[in-house]
Amino acid sequence: MTKVESGARPRVLVRGAGVAGLTSAVTLAERGADVVLAEIGGREGSGASWMAGGMLAPWCEAESAPPEVTRDSLESVDWWAAHVPDVARNGTLVLAPPRDVADIARFARRTSHFQTVDGAAIAALEPDLEGRFDKGLFFPEEGHLDPRKALAALRARLVALGGRISVNAPADSMPDDPWHGARPDWVVDCTGISAENRLTGLRGVRGEMVLLRCQDVTLSRPVRMLHPRIPVYIVPRADHLFMVGATMVESESLASMTLRSMVELLTAAYVLHPAFGEAEIVETGVGVRPAYPDNVPAVTVHGHTVYVNGMYRHGFLLSPSRARRVGDIVFGGSAA
Amino acid sequence: MLFYGTELSSRLMLGTAQYPSPEILADSVRAAQAGVVTVSLRRESVGSRAGQAFWSLIRDLGVPVLPNTAGCHTVKEAVTTAHMAREVFETDWIKLEVIGESDTLQPDMFALVEAARILSEDGFNVFPYMTEDLVGAERLLRAGCRVLMPWGAPIGSGKGLNNVFGLRALRAHFPDVPLVVDAGIGLPSHAAQAMELGYDAVLINTAVAQAGDPARMAAAFRLAVEAGLIARTADPMEQRDMAAPSTPVLGQAVLA
Repeated sequence: MTKVESGARPRVLVRGAGVAGLTSAVTLAERGADVVLAEIGGREGSGASWMAGGMLAPWCEAESAPPEVTRDSLESVDWWAAHVPDVARNGTLVLAPPRDVADIARFARRTSHFQTVDGAAIAALEPDLEGRFDKGLFFPEEGHLDPRKALAALRARLVALGGRISVNAPADSMPDDPWHGARPDWVVDCTGISAENRLTGLRGVRGEMVLLRCQDVTLSRPVRMLHPRIPVYIVPRADHLFMVGATMVESESLASMTLRSMVELLTAAYVLHPAFGEAEIVETGVGVRPAYPDNVPAVTVHGHTVYVNGMYRHGFLLSPSRARRVGDIVFGGSAA
Repeated sequence: MLFYGTELSSRLMLGTAQYPSPEILADSVRAAQAGVVTVSLRRESVGSRAGQAFWSLIRDLGVPVLPNTAGCHTVKEAVTTAHMAREVFETDWIKLEVIGESDTLQPDMFALVEAARILSEDGFNVFPYMTEDLVGAERLLRAGCRVLMPWGAPIGSGKGLNNVFGLRALRAHFPDVPLVVDAGIGLPSHAAQAMELGYDAVLINTAVAQAGDPARMAAAFRLAVEAGLIARTADPMEQRDMAAPSTPVLGQAVLA
């Protein structure tokens, strides 16, 4: 059953319609698989991907992630640009409030592919920040996208490729008989933290985010504000929206955002530009990132099931490389 | 030296927050050969039991756990957190933090004494995070504490031992109380200095967790703590104001 007969299109059931599931489903469909995507959890927006920042930042992540995260994410910006509209390739700006400016040097020591920028260069990149910061780092090769639009675009792409999407699928059983009695050749399980009981070592890391609308500030690229406790980022989206994220708490609680977290996130936005003081708070969100002990996403094979999980903070960044690995397993029988 | 009747396998206590990953945390605890690991309960437990996965990781390290009340600003919060910690980790040990000022994360000594009294009466073994204040130390001992943990410098600042005079005075006043420098240590040399001053242990978190290679830094701290401890028992020389030649100057050959 694991060996697909030559000429036959492998039947693949992908569980989970977050970023790992959708990139896997689209990659498999592009390579000729007969894909059914089972969306579990009931509603759009219930998973971690919906709350993601959407930064495609292989170089910045090297500050705290192991080298393989950077290596495996180099293909990411190109993959996204080829698959969804509006992928910005304007780089990333790393800044620090005056009292934490020493952290810029530390960030620089642990990363590469950046330019050191002074006040004038920062203002040239982001005119609204003129006069506000004297020193920063600019990572020109990075990009960003709007995760919610990207997920929608991948769904449309999957359907255009002949894939089928089964909504409200039960978590542990088949959706209603998509292959008329035949079993799938492979199941690709991308159910995130829902798979905690099936995958050894998987845990949840809570993240909180805020969505702001501010007419008075325009940014062309994500800005990371270095901070001793949590690295806060502010990602511009269309219609003057800004996503501010994200906390990292070793907890699997999906309870509403705490006041402390909101204060920390909003303070970062306010320090970046006081005009954020007048911003409208459009949304606050909480998600639980699935993570393995090394915080690196993994593809594992158990029988006829391929698990893609532990995306942690790197869902949009590492899904393309993990999806490629899934494709290699399904089509080549090669090990993960 | 006994900490509430327990001999520790090493004088290095290691905090478990802010590591790049749980795997690197585990590597660091091994490299440090830590005698105790501390874990913050408050932040990791937004919902009831929601921090279970991380707590299991901590328990699996196989090192005695000292839960703390990090982030608590009032007696009530700290006492509640301590009770939660006793239930989760099945230990009477509690590192008591009651923060009084949010910029320096300086302990509130008044609230600390009060919380220490309540918890000691309730059967807890309290490890109070305190300033190096002598009078405060006396009050904490009267409140039931049998270990004291003065700060070296503000939490996470890495400034080392800010008030060596004060720490030395504390050591001199309480020769038989286990003393631990908690917070502010940034480099292994700071840890060695604390041990040379006669402190019984040091507690490190940020200096290891935020290093570029935490496990390697943990190993450096292990060696430094050991060096300081050995040096102390070797009876160090006294400082003096003038040079004291280490080779005799008398009887040297006169070179014409």
